[in-house]
Amino acid sequence: MKEAIVITSGKGGVGKTTTTANIGTYLAMKGYKVALVDTDIGLRNLDVVMGLENRIVYDIVDVVEGQCRLKQALIRDKRFDTLYLLPAAQTRDKTAVTPEQMRKLIQDLKEEFDYILVDCPAGIEQGFKNAIAGADRAIVVTTPEVAAVRDADRIIGLLEAAELHNPLLVINRIKMDMVKRGDMMDIEDIIDILAIDLLGVIPDDENIIISTNKGEPIVLDEKSLASQAYRNLVERFLDRNVPLINLDVGNGFMDRLRRLFKMA
Amino acid sequence: MDLFKAFGGKSNSKDIAKERLQLLLVHDRIDTSPRFLEMIKEDILNVISNYVDIDEKGLRVEITKERKSDDTFISALHANIPIKKMKQVIR
Repeated sequence: MKEAIVITSGKGGVGKTTTTANIGTYLAMKGYKVALVDTDIGLRNLDVVMGLENRIVYDIVDVVEGQCRLKQALIRDKRFDTLYLLPAAQTRDKTAVTPEQMRKLIQDLKEEFDYILVDCPAGIEQGFKNAIAGADRAIVVTTPEVAAVRDADRIIGLLEAAELHNPLLVINRIKMDMVKRGDMMDIEDIIDILAIDLLGVIPDDENIIISTNKGEPIVLDEKSLASQAYRNLVERFLDRNVPLINLDVGNGFMDRLRRLFKMA
Repeated sequence: MDLFKAFGGKSNSKDIAKERLQLLLVHDRIDTSPRFLEMIKEDILNVISNYVDIDEKGLRVEITKERKSDDTFISALHANIPIKKMKQVIR
């Protein structure tokens, strides 16, 4: 039952940190004990997305170097008392932690938590190797763009080589209107290319920027479509029989006409 | 004929994206230079042409990913070799 999941992508800026924050927050809302681990040493951001940046005293490097105990470095979330963040160090670099230390850290966290979500840095170097060490499963985040899908494919190959089999895919920032126009790759196109199982699809939604501005993960705001999509993603993570959320809410004249002709 | 393509002004740049990706990944996945597939191509050509006349221009060799019956994925080397005619001598 205790599981460590690494959230990775290869390419930067596709939404790893936002995905980590939202999956973790919703798991905690559902009552699970969750630890979020930021492994992006030198460029930490999970603290900001969670709105916990002012509470950092110790970080992941302090823990592995024995400067403090694990419990001292874990920051409890403002909203949910089963949700904790282990922040990355901001003034060190990726070599400050080794894969062996990560494995040990994850083992220690498993004694306290049901789920350990590891936010991976962009790239395929040391930071990536650290982040995947000790993980039981991987979630690969991509956007419907050539560069992001290409990097996702590369990451999938590297995960396989590291014996992290059957990673789950998250397609982020899909724009259904562009998909309809034929100007954005659809879910099927991406699955076709990457050939891995789909965990969830998150629509491009301004509300994500608004919630990030405030340091509040969007799953807290029930109304937005992105929030519903993240909730659906987590439900599917817990039970793969849950159907994928329908993001295609368009009901204009053309939409109905297309459906009539079975083109959409 | 897609009526909506004609009247709706669909530009379908996603098809271009998909096609570019598929080609790109052929090389990325084998993790070697594009020369690797060329070398395989040449060797296949040399062996096969002892037996059949093949259309060299139509020869395509690529690495693909396929879902197996147990739902795991494997990489496969696909060679599409158009035959012009069988060589009489060998048969």
